[in-house]
Amino acid sequence: MDKPFAITLNPGSSLANHTGSWRTSRPLYLDRLPPCNAACPAGEDIQGWLFHAESGDYEKAWRVLTENNPMPAIMGRVCYHPCEGGCNRQHLDESVGINSVERFLGDEAIKRGWKFDKPAHSTGKRVLVVGAGPSGLSAAYHLARLGHAVEIHEAGPLAGGMMRFGIPKYRLPREVLDAEVGRILETGVVLRLDTKVANIAESMKAGKFDAAFLAVGAHIGKRAYIPAGDATKIIDAVSVLRSMEGEDKPLLGRRVVIYGGGNTAIDVARTAKRLGASESIIVYRRTREKMPAHDFEVEEALQEGVMMKWLSTIKQAGEGNITIEKMELDEKGFPQSTGEFETLEADSVVLALGQDVDLSLLEGVPGLEINDGVVRVGDNMMTGAAGIFAGGDMVPSERTVTVGVGHGKKAARHIDAWLRGETHVPPAKHEIAGFDRLNTWYYSEAPHTIRPMLNIIRRQSTFDEVLGGLDETNAQFEARRCLSCGNCFECDNCYGVCPDNAVIKLGPGKRFEFNYDYCKGCGMCVTECPCGAIKMEAEEI
Amino acid sequence: MPLQPVKFYQTGTFTVGNRLLAPEDRSVQANMQRTNSLNSGHRACQGCGEALGARYAIDAAMNASNRQLIAANATGCLEVFSTPYPETSWQIPWIHSLFGNAAAVATGIAAAIKVKRQKGQSGDVRVVAQGGDGGTTDIGFGCLSGMFERNDDVLYICYDNGGYMNTGVQRSSATPPAARTATTMPLGPEPGNPFGQGKFVPAIAMAHEIPYVATATVADLRDLEHKVTKAMGLRGARYIHILVPCPLGWGTASHDTIRMARLAKETGIFPVFSAEYGEIKSALAIRRPLPVEEYLRPQKRYAHLFGKSPAVATIARIQAQADKNIRKYGLLEKEVR
Repeated sequence: MDKPFAITLNPGSSLANHTGSWRTSRPLYLDRLPPCNAACPAGEDIQGWLFHAESGDYEKAWRVLTENNPMPAIMGRVCYHPCEGGCNRQHLDESVGINSVERFLGDEAIKRGWKFDKPAHSTGKRVLVVGAGPSGLSAAYHLARLGHAVEIHEAGPLAGGMMRFGIPKYRLPREVLDAEVGRILETGVVLRLDTKVANIAESMKAGKFDAAFLAVGAHIGKRAYIPAGDATKIIDAVSVLRSMEGEDKPLLGRRVVIYGGGNTAIDVARTAKRLGASESIIVYRRTREKMPAHDFEVEEALQEGVMMKWLSTIKQAGEGNITIEKMELDEKGFPQSTGEFETLEADSVVLALGQDVDLSLLEGVPGLEINDGVVRVGDNMMTGAAGIFAGGDMVPSERTVTVGVGHGKKAARHIDAWLRGETHVPPAKHEIAGFDRLNTWYYSEAPHTIRPMLNIIRRQSTFDEVLGGLDETNAQFEARRCLSCGNCFECDNCYGVCPDNAVIKLGPGKRFEFNYDYCKGCGMCVTECPCGAIKMEAEEI
Repeated sequence: MPLQPVKFYQTGTFTVGNRLLAPEDRSVQANMQRTNSLNSGHRACQGCGEALGARYAIDAAMNASNRQLIAANATGCLEVFSTPYPETSWQIPWIHSLFGNAAAVATGIAAAIKVKRQKGQSGDVRVVAQGGDGGTTDIGFGCLSGMFERNDDVLYICYDNGGYMNTGVQRSSATPPAARTATTMPLGPEPGNPFGQGKFVPAIAMAHEIPYVATATVADLRDLEHKVTKAMGLRGARYIHILVPCPLGWGTASHDTIRMARLAKETGIFPVFSAEYGEIKSALAIRRPLPVEEYLRPQKRYAHLFGKSPAVATIARIQAQADKNIRKYGLLEKEVR
């Protein structure tokens, strides 16, 4: 071949030089578990649905969300959002308002009439769900999606359980509850109201059910012995909240004392205020810091004029007044009597001391184990009796709507496997995407969006919803505050920062892959990945 | 029109791409069809800032010139690692002559194109000259200054890594004070590169009152691409000085290259600004101000400042220089650009 003077080789590309052979460690793409997802009791893929909300595809976001939780409009109102407590963004400015975006998606779905897909196939198996509360509804939804015929037997006159008979309207408007329950029933779930299951074995036999999920909740208010005259009215919190749903509103009088420090106590105190009580006083034996109620609810109650008596116990209820004893905390934080007494005027005393489960339906079922008034279940949510599963407030747990929904989903998966004679093995969890995995330089500054609040006069006198929702523009803004911890959101950083062009961009939605022929293993892509979705792994040399 | 950073789209314009932005608002580097002017298989060290900076800049120049571009290259790392005979990593017309004459070679190419265009033998082909800090601030400085004063139609890009790195890390006139190199050892009363020497070529380029002078770093891609695009839209002599950290010469981890460039900008050590006809027009504001220790400590070339008895006075002198930059270029003033 003719070459110019002094030239002996053909020109070539450096692509012949496979610099990948220099590498001692290699980058790998991975998905890590965002802390919000890890904290969600209902097992939602929060980062997954926020991803779609970010681009404005709210229907897709809602569909991804409802794969795990069929009641986002309810969740967006009553969930205590442990996700936000886990959110990595709190270390940057403030947590993402996940709960408010969830509510927006739920409301949007109701407004637009989005429906669940009908089950694709039928297994021919029948499952009985006892109780139409959050746990029962969640289990029914998931079981129906898996192709099982589901019947819910509910003792009460309406579906919803504690969501209807425990949570006041100003936190959860009933139209929202009805809409989300109705949508679950549209998937083919049969709901039988006013149908109390007196004996589970008989009900299963009569209805030819192959399995049962029990979620009857905890509806019996705990009592405490208080010496009382005839004149003072002593009632329990559950009855007060339940009667709010009926025609006859509870008669509490002008001065109402609520005994207890949980969320239920706060709910009753705020309800009493709205019913016209001039004084609504919570008496609690420990301090505000020790109160099991959520701080924001305490704060909202105080704003509405609810009063608090910390470090106090009720000793006696007399005519139109009660005697309380002041307490003090010992070194271990337990309240101890001081012998100092005080009198408070009170027309009624409401006991909010926790709830017990009505376990009568389980009588005579062999193998069941009951401890401390709740039913023992295994890791698969099955009770000691084969084919009978249980969840929600009647099993040992934190008693919240979200935990109940999570139980329902988990039980549904195990019931489905059990009906096929198999064992459900949940997929291994990814490692957590902690804050130290992120490169926060890349996220722009964006403060938390504040949700509108109802004005104080209407909060004290009506049952209108207190906390407002987001509109489309600020819901999308809030969604975009998500850092996408541990999951690629296609920012192109790895593709851009590689000095060796060793990252191949596969196109929108397809993410990236490494070209190990040329990757020298510098690790820049790992350092500059905003969300921690790449890791280095030593090469075997 | 100065670059308007996108205020809030999850990552705004901080990341290379952003799926929430319209495609035309994304960076050149985010494009699947980018030129990849400097292709894979080059022999630069792991995490080389110069290889990265060169691809960023030349891809942007290719994009801005409709891929009608010729590059002249000075001797240096960039030339050595990209074109060991008979291979080349360049996917553009590219020429290398000597260490010190890149600016002159580019001037010649620009003159030749001008004549060919007059004769109708050529379209509008643009010319870029590029080199490291050694080939620019030391060896090629005469040719560079000539190109500036004649206002030749060339964009000169200097990739500044603060020394002669491929020959074993010797000092250049762009080596910062106190830095250890093979020729400025950390010995004696003033260890490392002495204070009060060296030069800042962007300021000298400005003194030529040429149409455009800018500085950039590999940590701010959108800013870098904007400046290259802006320069390519102008005629006459233009100069862009890009800070490109060198893991080998600086003694930093190969994965920290971009982080080091970011720290140089955020501490005020390296001012990122632009100037037209000798006047400063914009400065990239510091986003999260940091003391210079944050920048110095990770670099082994400054390890002698942080021994058992830290060189507090030396660090304070470096801090004073950074503070001076912050004052001079208004780096803490928001919304400057």
